[in-house]
Amino acid sequence: MSGLGITYGRGGATNTLDDLQNSDCILFEGSNMAEAHPVGFRHPMLAKEQRGAKLIHVDPRFTRTSAMCDIYAPIRPGTDIAFLGGLINYVLENERYFEEYVVNYTNASTLVSEDYSDLDASGIFVGYDPETGEYDQNAWRYEGMPVTPAVGGSEGAITSEAFSEMVGEYRDEGSFPHDETLQHPRSVFQILRRHFARYTPEVVEQVTGCPKEALLEVAETICDNSGREKTTALCYSVGWTQHSKGAQVIRAAAILQLLLGNIGRPGGGIMALRGHATIQGSTDIATLYNVLPGYVAMPDANKTHDTWEDYVATEAAHTGWWANFRAYATAIMKAWYGESATHENGYLFEHFPRLNGDHSYYPTIMEMKDGVVKGCFVFGQNFAVGGPHARMARDGLRNLDFLVVLDAYPIETAEAWKSDGADPAECGTEVFFMPSALVAEKDGTFTQTQRLVQWHDRSVEPPDDARSDAWFVYHLGRRLKELHRGSGDSRDALINAMTWDYTTEGEREEPDLEDVLREINGYHVETGEPLEDFLDIQEDGSTACGAWIYSGVFAHGVNQARRRKTGEYPHTEWGWAWPGNRRILYNRASADPDGKPWSEEKKLVWWDEEQGKWVGYDIPDFQATKDPTYRPDLEARGLDALPGNGPFIINADGKGWLFAPAGLKDGPLPAHYEPLESPVRNLLHDQQYDPMVRTYQRPDNPYNAPEDPNYPYVITTYRLTEHHTTGAMSRWIPWLNELQPESFCEISPVLAGEKGIENREWVTISTSRGKIHTRALVTDRIPVYEFEDRKLHTVGLPYHYGPNGPSDLAKADIANDLMPVSLEANVSIHEAKAFTCNLERGRL
Amino acid sequence: MATGFLTDTTVCIGCKACEVACKQWNQLPADGYEFTGDSYDNTKQLSGTTWRHVAFVENPKKKRLTGDVDLVALAEDVKEQLPGGAELDALGRWTFMSDVCKHCVEAPCQQACPTGAIIRNEFDNVFIQPDVCNGCGYCVPACPYGVITSVPHDGRAFKCTLCYDRQKEDLEPACAKACPTDSIMFGEVEELQRIADERVERLHAKGYTEAYLYGTPEVGGTGGIGGNHSKFILLDEPETYNLPAHPFLPQDKVGGAAVTSAVAAAALGALLAYAFRD
Repeated sequence: MSGLGITYGRGGATNTLDDLQNSDCILFEGSNMAEAHPVGFRHPMLAKEQRGAKLIHVDPRFTRTSAMCDIYAPIRPGTDIAFLGGLINYVLENERYFEEYVVNYTNASTLVSEDYSDLDASGIFVGYDPETGEYDQNAWRYEGMPVTPAVGGSEGAITSEAFSEMVGEYRDEGSFPHDETLQHPRSVFQILRRHFARYTPEVVEQVTGCPKEALLEVAETICDNSGREKTTALCYSVGWTQHSKGAQVIRAAAILQLLLGNIGRPGGGIMALRGHATIQGSTDIATLYNVLPGYVAMPDANKTHDTWEDYVATEAAHTGWWANFRAYATAIMKAWYGESATHENGYLFEHFPRLNGDHSYYPTIMEMKDGVVKGCFVFGQNFAVGGPHARMARDGLRNLDFLVVLDAYPIETAEAWKSDGADPAECGTEVFFMPSALVAEKDGTFTQTQRLVQWHDRSVEPPDDARSDAWFVYHLGRRLKELHRGSGDSRDALINAMTWDYTTEGEREEPDLEDVLREINGYHVETGEPLEDFLDIQEDGSTACGAWIYSGVFAHGVNQARRRKTGEYPHTEWGWAWPGNRRILYNRASADPDGKPWSEEKKLVWWDEEQGKWVGYDIPDFQATKDPTYRPDLEARGLDALPGNGPFIINADGKGWLFAPAGLKDGPLPAHYEPLESPVRNLLHDQQYDPMVRTYQRPDNPYNAPEDPNYPYVITTYRLTEHHTTGAMSRWIPWLNELQPESFCEISPVLAGEKGIENREWVTISTSRGKIHTRALVTDRIPVYEFEDRKLHTVGLPYHYGPNGPSDLAKADIANDLMPVSLEANVSIHEAKAFTCNLERGRL
Repeated sequence: MATGFLTDTTVCIGCKACEVACKQWNQLPADGYEFTGDSYDNTKQLSGTTWRHVAFVENPKKKRLTGDVDLVALAEDVKEQLPGGAELDALGRWTFMSDVCKHCVEAPCQQACPTGAIIRNEFDNVFIQPDVCNGCGYCVPACPYGVITSVPHDGRAFKCTLCYDRQKEDLEPACAKACPTDSIMFGEVEELQRIADERVERLHAKGYTEAYLYGTPEVGGTGGIGGNHSKFILLDEPETYNLPAHPFLPQDKVGGAAVTSAVAAAALGALLAYAFRD
C-alpha cells in the first residue's frame, strides 16, 4: 500500500467501514466489495438507503457490486490509471478541486527543481539511468532540496507498506519555495495539470473502452458530492494492487481524493479493503520479510547497519514520527530478549539476522525449486493453489528437504508430493502435516481493513489433536530453548536470550494470548506496568514494547481490543484502532486551516481556543495542543517540526503529496502503461509497460509478448462470495460447495459465439506457462471492449478451485498455473488482474 | 401475534448467507454439486432440504441464458452499442431474490394435509410437525409456490419452519440474522406491512415506480390464500422470480374440474352407449 503511504504518510485505510454510512457518494474501483466483503457492504447500502448516496462501480466485469450501484462504468482490465487520470483531468480543467484544502493541505504550491521536466511521449520520466535500469529520484526533488546519495539496501528491497520511510529528512535545509497562487510553472499544481492534460475523455475512451459519457457522469457525480458540505469515499482492493503498476494506480486515486478534499473527513477517505481477516494485522506484526513489528526497518547487510548505533543512526529521521526510531527499536529488543539485551552489549545486535537479498515470497519459491531453500513452514496458506504460477510453487514444494503444514484440511500445499503426476517415491521431502484449530476454536485478535484490533474468544475447543498455530509456535520455541540451553555458540545466543515466559492454560497447555498482547502493548521493565501509549516508549531500555503502533491496546491493564461498546460515531469504544485508537486518519483535515470545521454536517475534530486543544468526536490524529497557527523554526525536531496546519503528520512537510518527490521507484506521478502482457499497444506512450516492473527470465517462467496473436484474450482472476481464497477453508464445506461447486470461467456471448462455445461447455485456457480445463459460463455481464476497431475479450476466472476436497466434489485444474511471476517495482506484487491467454472449445 | 418475513429484493446483494445460515442452523444436507450454468444459481429451487433459495436473474427484460439457447444467434442479438463499444445490455441489471415459504394465511398445504401434521403454531406460522407427518405428499402439489417437497430416503415433507426453535428462545430466524444488508427482515406481520409500505413509497419517490409488495391480497391477488405472512418487495413481474402472478387454492379449481369431469364422463358414456348400441 505504498501508494497511500507515499501520498499521505501511512499505508493504512484512512477511514473506517462504518464511516461509509456518512458518504454522499462512494466510488468502488479495483474492488468487488459486495462479493468479497459482503458484511462490510452493509455500510454503503445504508448510505444509499438513508442518505441517498450515489454508488458507482468501475470494473471490467458487471458483478454483484455493479448490480447495487447507481452507475456502472466498464473499463478494460489494466486501464485504471487512464480512467483515474481522466477524472483528475476533469477536476483540474473544470476547476472542481477544493481550493482552500489543496492550497493548505497538499504540496500543490511547492516548487519542483529545474531538473524535472514533464513526462513526454516516450513514457520515461527524467532521471532514468539505462545502465542500472533505474530512476535517480533526485531528478524529481523539490526546489531547494539537496541531492542525496542512494540509500542502498539489498536488491529488491520493497517500499514499506505502512509508513513512507523516506519523507523524514526533507525539511532539514529550510522550507522550500512555494507559490500559493499555484501559477508558477514549476509548482506541483501546474506540473499536475500538464501531466494529466493528455487524459481527455476521448483518449480515456479509446484506452479504457469506457464510453466517455460514463466517464463524465462518474466525474460529475464525484465532484458534485465533494467539497465543504459533502464527501466522497473511494474503495479499492486487490483489483488495484495486483497490477504491474499497482502502487501507481493507488497513487492516482490518492491524488484525486486530495484534490477533492476528501481525506481526513467523515464519509471521505480511501478504504483499502484487505483481502482476508487480519491481513492488516499480519503486515503490522510482521509477516513482511523486510520489516520488524510496527514497520521498524529490518537490519540489512547492504546498509550501514554494522552496529546497533549504526543501525539506529541510519534509520532514525530528524523530523516526524520516525525521529523516535531508536526508542521503538530498543523497545522491541527489550521485549524479545529482556535482561539479556542491554545498552552495553548493543542489544545483542551483533547476533541479529540481516537481509542480504530479496527474501519476498516469489524469489523464495524459486529458491525452493532451485534447491537453495531447504525447508518451509506453512501457516494458514495454500500457495500451491493461490500463488501466481502455482505450478512453480508445487515444483518448489516437491524439492524441499522438509515441509511443515498446519491446516485444518489436507490442502494442495501439503500434498504436492503426490500431485501433477509426481512419483512419491522420487520425492525426498519429509512432510509434517499438523491439524490446526479453526478461528472459533482459538483466542486471538484480528486487525481489520480499518486498523481496528478486535479480540475474539474461542467458543469451542478444537477437536482431537488439532491445536492453535500459537500453540505450535509456543511449544516449538520452548523446545528449541531447551535444546540449546547452555550452548555457548554465538548463533544460539538469540534463542537463549529470547524471553518465552507466556503462561499456558488448560490440559493442552495453550499459551495465553493476552500475555502476548501485553508484550505487544509494552510495559515498564522495572515495574511491569503496561504502557499507556507509544509516547511512553523510552530510548534507554527502561520500556519494552513488541510493536510501537499497537501501544495502548492494553492500556490500564485492560484488553482494549475486547471492548464491544457501540455508541456515538465513530464508536471509539468498540475494539481498539492503531494509532492511539484514532478512527479517521489525518482528521486534522476535517477542520479548515484555522481549526474550524469545514461544515457543520462534516465536523469531526476542531480546535477549541478556550481549552487550547483539539477536541471532537474522534481522537485527534495530531498533537493535541498544537495551535493551528503554530509554525516551526528550523531547529525544531520530531513532531515539533510540523506546522499547525499540516494534517499529514507522518510526511515531513505535513502535507499530502500530489507529486511524490521521492519514495516510489517508478515515477513521481502515475502514468498509464499497458499490463506486462497485453493484446494491444499503449496508446499514450511509447513505453509499453511500466519500465520498472521486475521480471524473471527463466525457462519455467515465460511471458506472453505484447500483442502476441497466439494469446489474444485477457484473463482477470477473482473470488466469489461463496468461497474463500484458495478454498482451503471452504472447499470442504458442503453448504458452500453446492453454491459454487465447480471451476468455471466467465465469457461474453460474443466470444462464445465466435468460438462456438455453449453455456456449461468445457473450454481450454492456455498461456505460455500452462493450460487448464474449465467450464464456460456465458454471460452478458462480461463486456466486450472495442479497441481500434478490434473487439477485445475478457476471460473472468475465479481462482478458488483445485484437485483436493471431498471425494464427491469435482476435481479442478488450478487457475493460477496460468499466471506468470512478475513483480511490481515498489511492493513486489504479481499481476493477477490482467494477463493474456488463449481460449478454445473443448478439453484439448 | 403473527410473525413473518419481509424480503426486500432491492437491497439483496446475492451473498447467499441466508441459504447457508438456514442449512447450518437446521442441519440440512447439501443437495449435490451441480454446475447449472444458470448465472450464479446452482441450487435451483426451494425443496425439502433447501428452505431459502436465492434466485439470480440476469437482465430480467431479456431472455435468459439457460439450457439450449442458441448463443450465436444471441450474440448477434446483442447489437445496441454504446459509443465506447461496450454492449448496452451488458450494463443492464442483475437481480437477486431470496425465496422462502410464504406462510400463507389460508395455507393450501395445511388444507391438503390429511394427518393434521401441518399446523399453525403459536406464532401463526405454518409448521409441519415432523413426528406426525406420514409422508403422504399431498401437500407437495397443493402448494401454489412449489415450496414443499418430500425428502428422498426419508419420505416426509419439509419446509421453512420460520426457525420455530429460535423464535421460542426469542431469537430471530437464522436467515434474517445472517443477512448483512437487512434485505431479510423478521418481525410481526403488521409491523412488517408498515415497513413494507414505507419502503415501497420511498422507492417510488426515488423513481423506482415499478416497485411493489408481493404477497398481499391487494396487489395482484392471492386467490383464496388471503395473503402471505412472508412478503417480498419486487421490481419485476412475479414470473421473473418464478413466483405465480395469481396463486390460488387448489380446491378452488375443484368445482370446475368436477364439472369438466362430469361432462367428460357423460360424453364418454354417450360414446360408449353409441359404440355398443344394439
